[in-house]
Amino acid sequence: MDLSILWYLVPAALMFACGVYGFITRKNLIAILISLELMLNAADLNFVVFNRYLFPGQMEGMVFTLFAIAIAAAETALAIAIIINIYRAMGNIDIREITKMKF
Amino acid sequence: MDSVGNIIVYFVVAIVMVVFSVMAVTSRRILRAATYLLFVLIATGVFYFQLGYQFLGAVQLAVYAGGIMVLFVFSIVLTSKPNDKGTVLDAHRRVLGISAAVAGAVLLGFALFTMPVYTGVSLGQALTGGADIDMHTIGHALMGTEKFQYLLPFEAVSVLLLACIIGGVVVARKR
Amino acid sequence: MGVTLPILILALPITMFLVLGLGGVKMPRKMAGVLGILGMGTTAVISYWVAFTYFFSGEAAYIVDGVRQQVQMFDVTWLAFTQSLVVKIGFLLDPISAMMLVVITTISFMVHLYSWGYMEHEPGFQRYYAFLSLFSFSMLGLVVATNIFQMYIFWELVGVSSYLLIGFFYKLPSAVSASKKAFIVTRFADLGFLIGILILSFYTDTFNFIDMTNNPQGVLASTGGATFMGASVLTWAMVLIFTGGMGKSAMMPLHIWLPDAMEGPTPVSALIHAATMVVAGVYLVARMFPVYLVVETSLVFVSVIGAITAFYAAVVACTQIDIKRVLAFSTISQIAFMMTSLGVAWPELHDGLGYMASMFHLFTHAMFKALLFLGAGALIHAVHSNNYTAMGGLRKYMPITHWTFLIGCLAIAGIWPFSGFFSKDEMLAAMFAQHWFWGAWMTMVAGLTAFYMFRLYYLIFWWEENPHYKEHKPHDAPWQMSVPLIFLAAVSCVAGFIPFGEFVTWNRAPYHIHIELPVAATSLTVAVLAIVLATVMYAKKNPIPTRLKDMMPGLWMAAHRRFYWDEIYMFVTHKIIFNGICRGIAWFDRHVIDATMDGFAKVAQKTSYAIRGLQSGNIQLYVLWYFAGAVLLAAITWICLL
Repeated sequence: MDLSILWYLVPAALMFACGVYGFITRKNLIAILISLELMLNAADLNFVVFNRYLFPGQMEGMVFTLFAIAIAAAETALAIAIIINIYRAMGNIDIREITKMKF
Repeated sequence: MDSVGNIIVYFVVAIVMVVFSVMAVTSRRILRAATYLLFVLIATGVFYFQLGYQFLGAVQLAVYAGGIMVLFVFSIVLTSKPNDKGTVLDAHRRVLGISAAVAGAVLLGFALFTMPVYTGVSLGQALTGGADIDMHTIGHALMGTEKFQYLLPFEAVSVLLLACIIGGVVVARKR
Repeated sequence: MGVTLPILILALPITMFLVLGLGGVKMPRKMAGVLGILGMGTTAVISYWVAFTYFFSGEAAYIVDGVRQQVQMFDVTWLAFTQSLVVKIGFLLDPISAMMLVVITTISFMVHLYSWGYMEHEPGFQRYYAFLSLFSFSMLGLVVATNIFQMYIFWELVGVSSYLLIGFFYKLPSAVSASKKAFIVTRFADLGFLIGILILSFYTDTFNFIDMTNNPQGVLASTGGATFMGASVLTWAMVLIFTGGMGKSAMMPLHIWLPDAMEGPTPVSALIHAATMVVAGVYLVARMFPVYLVVETSLVFVSVIGAITAFYAAVVACTQIDIKRVLAFSTISQIAFMMTSLGVAWPELHDGLGYMASMFHLFTHAMFKALLFLGAGALIHAVHSNNYTAMGGLRKYMPITHWTFLIGCLAIAGIWPFSGFFSKDEMLAAMFAQHWFWGAWMTMVAGLTAFYMFRLYYLIFWWEENPHYKEHKPHDAPWQMSVPLIFLAAVSCVAGFIPFGEFVTWNRAPYHIHIELPVAATSLTVAVLAIVLATVMYAKKNPIPTRLKDMMPGLWMAAHRRFYWDEIYMFVTHKIIFNGICRGIAWFDRHVIDATMDGFAKVAQKTSYAIRGLQSGNIQLYVLWYFAGAVLLAAITWICLL
């Protein structure tokens, strides 16, 4: 039995779908952030897999994943700073209550 | 034909990944969700190792599973009350979410299985096809300025991280 | 002489305008006044120096074989639309512009000084000085224009500053409507000017004055004999350009704004509506004179308009009560004099004497008319009324004003040895040379001038003492106001002896002035007779004027109401244009254009109300929509690829 490219892409696709579901349904801002990380992770995995199977002589997919991880770290840190601030201002982090910027 | 060890590792990791993905987004307790996310991240790291990217796997474990998870746990502790299970998801929204997720997954699945994807190569062939990526190569790729070398994005990321540090301090600071 | 001084002449007033206009509110009145006066004084000194250098230095750049040269001190590109359509801004130095520099800066400086006393207690003192500076800048830019487009720009700028200054007392409805009237009428005339410029430059491919005036035959040839409605296009262009001059110089039938413009402060009337801006039309014709010469029809048009206006304004001036209105009509009449003189200045007659005479009269008139206006200002300052009915017998109370005003009256009446005599004599000589009819007609107008000026003089200073003086004793004005009066009176006494022909002639070659005895004797006799008549009628209170008025009430009333020109304009604009044309346009505007726009707005409003629910403020829904869109697009792409 061969582990072809599809074997890796299918779990990534499922992970991505989970992320979408979580992002749309969860109320807690941190849970939403977790879903976001799932989606990002799925994308990272795709980069690496395509790199390995299609262009094994090069390393662009890996480098981009590397950068994506760095940026994800930055983004998460900032998002968590914002979340803490919101918590301080409003007393909770339920996304349905944060609608002050509405029309 | 790939080695049995690889196949076993693959199945274990894939199952862990999918199951804990689902659990991370469905668990009502936020700290548990974060833990499940941790498992997913570790599983991804294992895939990286398996695909022959040791450095990337190490970064995944150190930055994601190590650094970011600490941040998550930290903020969860800061922003949630004890025994906070969260409210029940409303059904309407759940239907919407599931249909979106399923639509996306179905689309991706169809694309994967009907498009002419390059399926003829096994993991072993792929691994032997490429040269081994050692730290030396990676360092040159990150610090060089020629084609397929990435000094500029590397520096841009460093500036981004600096901005992020300052931004994080400014945003979260007590007034 | 480099470009520094010419640039300074323009830069100083505009700097003053900016400084006083932007910072005037913050500074004390005295400082604003001193700044304005100093700025204008410096400009005047520089202008004198420039004019002096131009006329007397004898440098080859300025005079060659006795012929004065036209020098462009600088001429820089300001706007370059296309290869051929280039607008330049420059500084043209030639006899008339140098002469105008002297006139403008002198009068402007005097008015600046005078206003310090006259406007002392008015609110908006700083703003007033800022506007004066703006006007001085615009007028200087107008006279030194190197091309007709620059002249047009500054022409509009003087219009704007005139509008601002007439409406200076913006709380008075009459001042507001007067300023609007002045602006609209002159603007309307400027439309003709603009069309004229466009026609002219379309054929000649240039805006530059020197290019046009040095080769008028070339200008004529460039039109290729094109005609429009029976007249050559060049005639049309020159007549249209003259229309702009008619508006600014208040020639019939566009004169209606000038009497109303007297609503502005009196020093402004002296500066703008007597000495400088209103002669811009004369200056324009003089500037383009060689081109006018090749289309004789347009010159005839100029002199006919001038002659009619001169007579009309003189008659009306005899019946006005408001002393500033008398002076305003007198101004119209005198400017018309200059126009007529320009119109008869054929080179084959007396070497184009009319041109020189017209410029000479422009110079002397500026001095003595500014003097008369400033004197009128002093009178108004003293009795707080514009009407001579509130005056009479003032000679004992205001000696300085009395003597200077008398000098002004003698000068405008054309009595030897005052300046008006010399310039008017030259003009009349030029007119007699053209045709005896012009000479006789204008001699009659000159007589009328002497009559109404002395009527005014006697009614103000003699007649009978107003009983009102016992409560409020009038007295001479403060020194800031007296000094300009005395200075201008002195100039009016001696300006006639300037050998003007040596400096300004149509071909810039010297012309030796000589008094034409028959003409001079005739006009002097007529003037003296008119003065005697005025003395008989108005020196002491007597019933003759009233009796005369009762003898021909219709004529008197008509003249008093300025022959109903304003009513005619009112009728045409309100009854015919507003009712007939504008109503339909207004309906179209309201029910078609506005309704269309409203319809668009309503549709947009309804739509946005309908879809505003999407803007829920819930990021998850946004992501959902986004994701749905992405999936849809991917699906479509996929289906297309299959």
